[in-house]
Amino acid sequence: MQAIDIKLLRDFQRLWLQGLAIALVLACGVAILLTAVGMHTALTETRDAYYERNRFAEVFAEARRAPDRLMSEIMEIPGVTGAEARVQGFAVLDLPERVEVAMGQMLSWPTGGDPLLNVPILRGGVPPVRPGEVMVTTAFARANGFAIGDVFHANLNGQRRALTITATALSPEFIYTIGPGALMPDNEGFGIIWMPEPEMEAAFDMAGAFNHVALRLTADARLEEVKDALDLLLDSYGGQGAYGRDQQMSDAFVSAEIDQLRGMAMVVPPIFFAISAFLVGMVMSRIVALDRAEIGLLKALGYSDVEISLHYLLLAALIAVIGVALGWAGGTILARGMAAQYAEFFEFPYLIFRVPPWVYAMSGLAALLTTMAGALRAALMAARLAPAVAMQPPAPPVFRKTLADRAMAALQLKQTTIMVLRSVIRWPLRSALTALGLGAATASVIASGFMFDALTRIVDLAFNQSMRQDAMILFAEDLPETALADVAALPGVLKVEAMQVHPATLRNGPLEKRVSIEARAVGAELSRVIGASGKPIDPPPGGILLSDRLAEQLEVGVGDVLEVAFMTGRRETHELVVAGLVEQYFGLGAYVEIGTLDRLFRRSPQVSVANVLVDPAQLPALHAALQETPMLSGLIEMNENRASFEDTISENVVVVNTVYAAIAILITVGVAYNGARIQMSERARELASLRILGFTRAEVSQVLVGETMLLALIAQPLGWLLGAWIAHALTNSFTSDLYAIPLVLEPASFAWASLVVLSASFASVMIVRRRIDRMDLVAVMKTRE
Amino acid sequence: MPQTVFRTEDLSKVYDTGEIKVHALAGVDLELYGGELSVLLGPSGSGKSTLLNILGGLDHASSGRVWFRDLELTDLGDRALTRYRRDHVGFVFQFYNLVPSLSARENVQLVTDVAPKPMRAEEALARVGLTHRLDHFPAELSGGEQQRVAIARAIAKQPEVLLCDEPTGALDSKTGVAVLEVLRQINDDLGTTTVVITHNAGIRAMAHRVINFADGKIAGVEVNESRLAPHEISW
Repeated sequence: MQAIDIKLLRDFQRLWLQGLAIALVLACGVAILLTAVGMHTALTETRDAYYERNRFAEVFAEARRAPDRLMSEIMEIPGVTGAEARVQGFAVLDLPERVEVAMGQMLSWPTGGDPLLNVPILRGGVPPVRPGEVMVTTAFARANGFAIGDVFHANLNGQRRALTITATALSPEFIYTIGPGALMPDNEGFGIIWMPEPEMEAAFDMAGAFNHVALRLTADARLEEVKDALDLLLDSYGGQGAYGRDQQMSDAFVSAEIDQLRGMAMVVPPIFFAISAFLVGMVMSRIVALDRAEIGLLKALGYSDVEISLHYLLLAALIAVIGVALGWAGGTILARGMAAQYAEFFEFPYLIFRVPPWVYAMSGLAALLTTMAGALRAALMAARLAPAVAMQPPAPPVFRKTLADRAMAALQLKQTTIMVLRSVIRWPLRSALTALGLGAATASVIASGFMFDALTRIVDLAFNQSMRQDAMILFAEDLPETALADVAALPGVLKVEAMQVHPATLRNGPLEKRVSIEARAVGAELSRVIGASGKPIDPPPGGILLSDRLAEQLEVGVGDVLEVAFMTGRRETHELVVAGLVEQYFGLGAYVEIGTLDRLFRRSPQVSVANVLVDPAQLPALHAALQETPMLSGLIEMNENRASFEDTISENVVVVNTVYAAIAILITVGVAYNGARIQMSERARELASLRILGFTRAEVSQVLVGETMLLALIAQPLGWLLGAWIAHALTNSFTSDLYAIPLVLEPASFAWASLVVLSASFASVMIVRRRIDRMDLVAVMKTRE
Repeated sequence: MPQTVFRTEDLSKVYDTGEIKVHALAGVDLELYGGELSVLLGPSGSGKSTLLNILGGLDHASSGRVWFRDLELTDLGDRALTRYRRDHVGFVFQFYNLVPSLSARENVQLVTDVAPKPMRAEEALARVGLTHRLDHFPAELSGGEQQRVAIARAIAKQPEVLLCDEPTGALDSKTGVAVLEVLRQINDDLGTTTVVITHNAGIRAMAHRVINFADGKIAGVEVNESRLAPHEISW
């Protein structure tokens, strides 16, 4: 090893704590980049391979009842390479050892063999052939403890049937399975069930007909044209509008996750890299300043500018190497945790939960390059030092009387206070960057704290203000309003309200969106919508209320007229006036008054969903009764929904908040500790002089602590702004058709963030302060600069 | 006629600090010869160090010309000056300028790592009598020992010229004498052209020639017909 390299290692040994503080910040960036890009790659590749191998369809459509002969016409739509029809429907399930009713989405299993599209992967058993045989999703079987050969019951269009499980399977259509109206997957209460085609046709009265079709397209097919052609063919059979993968529930969730990972990879690591580059720059500049004489010496000995620059760049590279190693280790663990979470929510047959080697290489290179970039200025400074000048002690920094000095004089500040202020003013760029770094730490706490407040707001809005019913009873088809009386007579039902749900396409000129329109009576109390003012509002007769995100997408405001093409009833298109906007974070809601709908459909009052309040003591009796009730397609228990949502959220909030607070502390320590160390080394003589002049340790510490804390205080408003801005960016990046995150910024979040950062700053500077206690006054005064 | 190693022609150096111009060198014409031990004598601020820096390729002159043998240093770029220092010049400084994080041996290796035909670091340290201190760090060495390490470092590349700026300036007389003995020894044994800057008039007695400096100019040159050994010098 060359002597100059030995010097490098020994220098690094001396700086290890500072280096480690930087390396840890860098490691955060590397770990997040590794995880986000790694998981993004793994998820994308797995999804694409799964879709390809199992021929996941590209276009889907539901109809009321279309004849089988239509399939030959559908096959002829240009761009279609494969089409498959099936019968599907919802059924209330009676599972052994489960009091509550469960719901099943029933799909027909073709008689001739495997389906052509959306091919399930058999995990055990043989597909159902005979009457009474079914295949279920593995998640459903696992959650309920089912084995092959087990039997459960289903209420199929009013008929109670015993069903024997002959197989379990995974399906590309149901990577993420979520029941209608549910907020979180519930594999115990909702499952996918395949049943032989003849049985499905009999149960749902679909002999010689289908109500769901899936298409696969050629590579050059035009999606919109295919959808239009399919809609045209299905129109007379109650077609409910063709949709692509983007509106297929499972794919929408998987893709939203993938997009989020990409967003995370692009937003978060650059912040960490920028901070570590800044820290490296700050520390390296100081080292070069301290090494001034050595640099001059090396040049006198014949070392070239390039060799000297390289020497300092290598020192930074050492920090980078440690940061990258820590980041890789952390990222691997983080990716594993993330993979475990995906395994819980997503059902993949194989998931390449391995971060590809190129992602390691890429994240390492990115970290190395940013660190080098941070050290570049210092390295060039070293190269530019003229040897003869370098070996002289540096000239004292130039202080000039400024307005600020006059102000300080007028205020008759203590000399130690003036030292602090003057140093902040004398190095404005360094002060600003230090404040910015500490501000970034505050911002990262705010950006995480805000999520908690936002989710609290979502839960409050969704469950306490909007969806206040205990359960929703779903009917297999619209029933006369008199059915409500039957529901009211069920055991334990305290209150019942009617609701209708209709798929429709909303149009404003060329802009259109396929949504579900909910209709309720004026004054409904169990399920209501909250207006922008925060108060419940009722859709006025003839008007429609839109969630603000939907209005934004359709570019309409209050008072604008919207074309509404209903896919149910008479399948007519009506014009409705946008009567108001609704605050809503789940789905894209649209709401009308129930009477308006019945009038538009020119029919007697009907109901498709009954919202109920239930006496908890009578729940078992209610479930037992529902299992015997015909014409039901399901029951959604809001309390269960609420509980599982809140559980999932609070579990994650604790983890996320801890992680972000830890990250903020890392950044703070990185910035504050390094800043104080640098100050300490710059001011050693100054502070020692003060001690010799008779200042106490506490008074001398004030100078050191004062500057750091002053900058930390200045950093707070900066951090608040930055945090609010990041939170805003996050809400935007999380917004999809499925859900949105509101920007809720509570004063308490800001206070907490500042508390974390100010405490961490104080702790960091106190560590450095101990050096004042150990200062050897004589030695410091003797040291040549 | 001895070979000319350094030659300067009307060499000037002006430091411009904005408000005042300082003429550190004001037209110096000088020749230094191969194998010669010369002493540059003068009060501080007389321009000795400036001249040494220019001769050593650490600094540029403001005007005039300077040659090392046939190589004109005047207009050499940074890269060429680095090359020149690396191949030909050894420096010894008043404050030793050792790298504190490197041991005596490693400090010498700093030079042997990059020089074209160095001697071994151990050999260089043996020449200054420090064989027993190879692995000591600067903080563990006395001032005289540190300066001897610095000399070992300077001679390890077997330079043609050895430029010493106040080599005994930070040392007491006894240690100073020991260091001068080493310089004299090197000059005798290796024939290295040696320039020693000092403001200590006693040291003049060990030189072949003494160049007196005052106000950036050469005030006079003396040739010693008989040189004294360092230990004979009255400090």
